[in-house]
Amino acid sequence: MIQAVFIEGLIYGIMVLGVFITFRILDFPDLTVDGSFPMGAAVMAVCLVSGIAPLWGLSLALLCGAAAGAVTALLHTGLKIPNLLAGILTMTMLYSVNLRIMGNKSNISLIKTDSVVKNVEKLFPGLPDGAAALILFIIIVLAIKLLLDLFFHTDMGLALGALGSNEQMIISQGMNPNHLKIIGVSLSNALVALSGAFAAQYMGYADVNLGQGIVVAGLASVMIGEFLIKSNNIMALTARVILGSIAYKAVMYAGRKYGYYVGLTPNDLKLITGVLIIFLIALSGFKKRGKNA
Amino acid sequence: MLKLEKISKTYSPGTVNEKRVLNGISLDVKNGDFITIIGSNGAGKSTLFNVIAGSAAPSSGKIIFEGRDVTKTPEYIRARSMGRIFQNPLLGTSGNMSLEDNMTICRKKGFKSLKISLNDKLREQFRAELSRLNMGLENRLKDNVELLSGGQRQALTLLMTAMSRPRLVLLDEHTAALDPDNSNRVMDLTLQLREEYSLTMMMVTHNMNHAIKYGNRLLMMDAGDIIFDVSGDEKKNLTMETLMEKFRSIRKDRIADDRLLLA
Repeated sequence: MIQAVFIEGLIYGIMVLGVFITFRILDFPDLTVDGSFPMGAAVMAVCLVSGIAPLWGLSLALLCGAAAGAVTALLHTGLKIPNLLAGILTMTMLYSVNLRIMGNKSNISLIKTDSVVKNVEKLFPGLPDGAAALILFIIIVLAIKLLLDLFFHTDMGLALGALGSNEQMIISQGMNPNHLKIIGVSLSNALVALSGAFAAQYMGYADVNLGQGIVVAGLASVMIGEFLIKSNNIMALTARVILGSIAYKAVMYAGRKYGYYVGLTPNDLKLITGVLIIFLIALSGFKKRGKNA
Repeated sequence: MLKLEKISKTYSPGTVNEKRVLNGISLDVKNGDFITIIGSNGAGKSTLFNVIAGSAAPSSGKIIFEGRDVTKTPEYIRARSMGRIFQNPLLGTSGNMSLEDNMTICRKKGFKSLKISLNDKLREQFRAELSRLNMGLENRLKDNVELLSGGQRQALTLLMTAMSRPRLVLLDEHTAALDPDNSNRVMDLTLQLREEYSLTMMMVTHNMNHAIKYGNRLLMMDAGDIIFDVSGDEKKNLTMETLMEKFRSIRKDRIADDRLLLA
């Protein structure tokens, strides 16, 4: 069971990286995630069922996620809709879009189809159950993390970093902050959709309700990570996002496994997540007050 | 290089809150000019800068910059050839990023590509530039900018603005939020950079002495009008007394409270 925590933590970690980019770097609380995560899963599932190579499915999921992010960013920058509402609008519309993608079914099973995970497991038949998948996702997530680190060292990446803390500075430097927002939110949702695509393959199904509350789970993971490591270096920031995601999955696992001792059921997990976030916010608030005093 | 033609700005037109802040201002700024602008609160100095920089659109009138009509050009495009430094030292830099990252962003204006330009050669160049500030910042390239003092941040902003070689620099009371010592240092740096990069500058200030001492032209604004405009020898020989005298003679009705102007 323990490698399942790690694998899920890594897969969802890709989504958390996306949430981290919008919430923390861009200061753009983007709720599109609840729609773009199942969108990635849906696109991937449809591709696999119709016999399209998994790699194409992943690329297509990535692109669809980026498009969903672009819609939110355009609603915000073009029509001046507040960013929270823009995200909610896109997320709501995506529910129908996702059902369309899945051919008006709310669930697609992938038990009988090929997938990246299954292909890799077939390549190394000698490995114990789950080990191949674990190694696969360690490599994938590490690669994505390093690519992101690299991106945030580029001039554009640095500008994105500055945008969240000081929009006037970006304007003063002759850049259109709206263009940067579109790039950032698209990148974030591309990662989220990719995460959804991997999640569908790992779990063996895609479901239209897969994304419910996912942005809150992502935010909880980001905040747990911030609690684990204090740093300002982008390499450490992305690393702690992934660690936070694994830690969050571990907390949820513990909640499922030991929760019944105190009368908790899996139905209470969302409540636990919410309380966890409130607790972490309160705790960091106390810490800050202590520092200033 | 910059020409304002009958610029007016009215906020909330047609409502009870209607407020005319600029009253058909015309101005001709020449290459190499250093114009100081004074005036009481609400005279329209900041609005004038907003209109020039593009963060506010004029209600009527035309702005010609470098021979082109930029009245409708968005702020971020104009910013590529204009530098603007605000009173608030926090606005020019990103606090939670390192000095070198800030300088990488501000080194050149315009859209940033996927190039990684920060390398040891560029760091060396940053160190050389920073050492001229005599603030020890050349040894703090990796430090976050939020660790710097207001004066240091403003000096950094000024330096980065000069490095990007703008055609026109707007200084919006850029020393007003600093203590006297830092205020003087930033003012000295302003003069030094202006000399070195032969910058054209417009400076709004509340410091009458600075306004008289620096620059080749002085504008006094009041209630949305330029009520006094001196340059050349007349500006050189300007004293505080004549300036006050001028102010009294032009706006007899408003001198009841000199403190309003001197505040």
